[in-house]
Amino acid sequence: MMESITASNRLRKGKDKIIYFLVCSFSFLAMIPLFLILWDVVSKGYKNFNIRLFTEVTPSSMDALLANMNDEPIPGGILNGITGTILIVGLAILFSVPLGLSIGIYLADNHGKRFAKVVSYLTDLLQGMPSIVIGIIAYAWVVKPLGGYSALAGSVALTIMMLPMIVRSTEETLKMLPYAYKEAGLALGASYTNVVFKILLPSGFGGIFTGILLAISRVMGETAPLMLTALGASVVNWNVMEPTSAIPLLIWDFYNDPNLVDLIWSSSLLLLIVIFLLNWTAKIVARKWKV
Amino acid sequence: MKDRIFRLALFIAALTILLLTAGIIYALVSRSLDTFAEYGIWGFIANPEWDPRSATEEYGALSFIMGTLYTAFFALFICIPFSLSVALFNGEYFKGTKISSAVSSVVDLLAGIPSIVYGLWGFYSVRPIVIELGVNAQGFGIFLSSIVLAIMIIPYASSLSAEFISMVPNRMKEGAYSLGATRMEVIQRISLPTAASGIVASYILALGRALGETMAVTMLIGNTDRIPRGLRDTGNTMASVIANQFGEADGLKLSALIAIGLLLFIITAIINLIAKLAMKKLSAV
Amino acid sequence: MESVKITNGMNPILELKEVSVSYTPGKNAVDKVTTEIYPNTITAIMGPSGCGKSTLLRAINRMHDLYPHIKTTGEILLKDKNVLEMDAMKVRRLVGMVFQQPNPFPTMSIYDNVLAGYTLNGIRLKKREKDEIVQHSLKSVALWEEVKDVMTKRGSFLSGGQQQRLCIARTLALKPEVLLMDEPTSALDPISTNKIEELLLELKKEFTIIVVTHNMSQAARISDNSMFMYLGELIEHGNTTQMFTKPKNKRTEEYLTGVFG
Repeated sequence: MMESITASNRLRKGKDKIIYFLVCSFSFLAMIPLFLILWDVVSKGYKNFNIRLFTEVTPSSMDALLANMNDEPIPGGILNGITGTILIVGLAILFSVPLGLSIGIYLADNHGKRFAKVVSYLTDLLQGMPSIVIGIIAYAWVVKPLGGYSALAGSVALTIMMLPMIVRSTEETLKMLPYAYKEAGLALGASYTNVVFKILLPSGFGGIFTGILLAISRVMGETAPLMLTALGASVVNWNVMEPTSAIPLLIWDFYNDPNLVDLIWSSSLLLLIVIFLLNWTAKIVARKWKV
Repeated sequence: MKDRIFRLALFIAALTILLLTAGIIYALVSRSLDTFAEYGIWGFIANPEWDPRSATEEYGALSFIMGTLYTAFFALFICIPFSLSVALFNGEYFKGTKISSAVSSVVDLLAGIPSIVYGLWGFYSVRPIVIELGVNAQGFGIFLSSIVLAIMIIPYASSLSAEFISMVPNRMKEGAYSLGATRMEVIQRISLPTAASGIVASYILALGRALGETMAVTMLIGNTDRIPRGLRDTGNTMASVIANQFGEADGLKLSALIAIGLLLFIITAIINLIAKLAMKKLSAV
Repeated sequence: MESVKITNGMNPILELKEVSVSYTPGKNAVDKVTTEIYPNTITAIMGPSGCGKSTLLRAINRMHDLYPHIKTTGEILLKDKNVLEMDAMKVRRLVGMVFQQPNPFPTMSIYDNVLAGYTLNGIRLKKREKDEIVQHSLKSVALWEEVKDVMTKRGSFLSGGQQQRLCIARTLALKPEVLLMDEPTSALDPISTNKIEELLLELKKEFTIIVVTHNMSQAARISDNSMFMYLGELIEHGNTTQMFTKPKNKRTEEYLTGVFG
């Protein structure tokens, strides 16, 4: 009797150790792709990662072909993509932040009401929308009526993508603030508006700002919706009504043009650096502003 | 009064979500009508033919629906052992430790990499391996896209699952330990069953993400407009066919592509709803 | 039931006439309460959990306005003006409230916290006025010496008792007519509780204070007059010493002797 218990105990302990080993190994394996990707992008991208990347616009396919044939580095950079991203994403921030904050405040304060529940559910629905479908929408709402591709259309698409994220993080942050702040503010005779702007939003600044940063970093790398809306341009463009480029769009262009392939990795490197900086900043802000 | 105006403004802001959703549905449906009028809703969905040539113009969504399902489910299948391991690593074995936050950070970074970079990496670094493995001659296809897709959804599946696993109350686990159970047994019999709805919900969400993924898949799937004949074959997903062919489409082709977008929207909406219901079941526990 | 109250020879500053509050229609959480509060006294509202004492208190400074399903009826006369018909924000500047959990605003310094009543209401003050108000308020809660050198810091490092005194200072800075306190010491340790009770005895010289407390001995220690509530009704009110030694109502006696809590 005792032997069979000891034997089955050994079996159970053995299984336990195997599972532990498997969990650790698979977790380790899951992390490898990150380092592989980083290695690829950095090692292939640093060569062309120079000042020209930031100051010159994309070369034409012809110029690139000639340079390749003569074994010279490709002339040009991605200035048009950088300015395009700034324009399109900047506009999207302008649209989505005030709107997202307002909706988030509304949901936090009207939690439980039927209308708020519907809005909350639809916000989740919008968050789950594939980015290409959002591109179709922006195409239908902006490109078609305006008769052409534009930075504005791209911004509309990115706004729709950013909105649910900002709404959620604002709502969650405000809901986590102790109810006492709101009550104490009102008990001092302050108006609801003042309580929101002078107490609640400042107190929740950490979570709200983090949510905005994360939303920005999410849309910076989006390509699909921009393909249907901003289209791209080979020159620097600050006119929101004109087709405009963006870093991910350029990467797509380079991918499709064998002459421009060399620029792929440096552009990707730049994109990754910006995205990781945004994420890192968000983490720091979240930690520093823990209320 | 200032407050009344402010509250009204907030209400109007909230209303825009409603208007936005209604507008989206209207935009998609109204532009799909031509396609459905031509083929009927079911006729369009069940038709595997996709022929844009003007003489023999015919559009059907089945090839892309199949392509989407193949890639998404295969990706989910591949990702489960890895994401579950990470979830157990962070939510149970090394919960609260420094190494756990390091692992979480790494996995979070995976989520931050844009789709197009995954596509590039898949094309330049993974495709040669797939060719080496003898999957198919050019490397493109369901197999390659699913692998990259699996890596892309690991963060989504693992971080939510980890949360649910870590939320299993200690007293339940302690009860089992005090009866002499091993760690694996506690996980198997207590932690996982308790967190089950949440884990399932996180995988459903990851599936939703995989269904809508565009760029990486477009670059790796081979872009053929027919039902894939298996994992080694090439194909197209609903998202990738739109990305590829929207550019100069017009007329019936444009309507067909938008109809595919509508189908994609509906599918992802249903998936997300199912995930929500699964999570609600958990909070009822 | 009523016994003779301590009035300091003055007329009531606050009169409640048939005040009722309901959360659901037909069911009153506070039922037809009628009583008077006299100036410069401390009035304690006691009773078991759920008797409606906090609900009654919050009706006085119109906190129930935040919840549309709560209905308040009757009259609450502050110096002959019905609080229920006045502008809520005005009421709250005349009637201050201190809550159970100390809650200094986390993004403001101690200095700014004391002045919060003014900043939130958009009232501009000169630096000299601000300094005066801050110093006076902090002195009246015996916090000045302890924080005068760290006033630019946020209040979160203060102890629970100090935080609560800061919240009292914040409320007093607006110079309210009446000070409402909802279980102000139940979240604090005995030493801080003692300090705040001593503070209240000092403050009543300048203010009128109503304290909701579930601690009978606290009511006995600091209050001039008391109200005993049970299931929403005002069972007995009057001079604290008399109520405690010779309660007129059987329920009151049962509560005071611990038959139920």
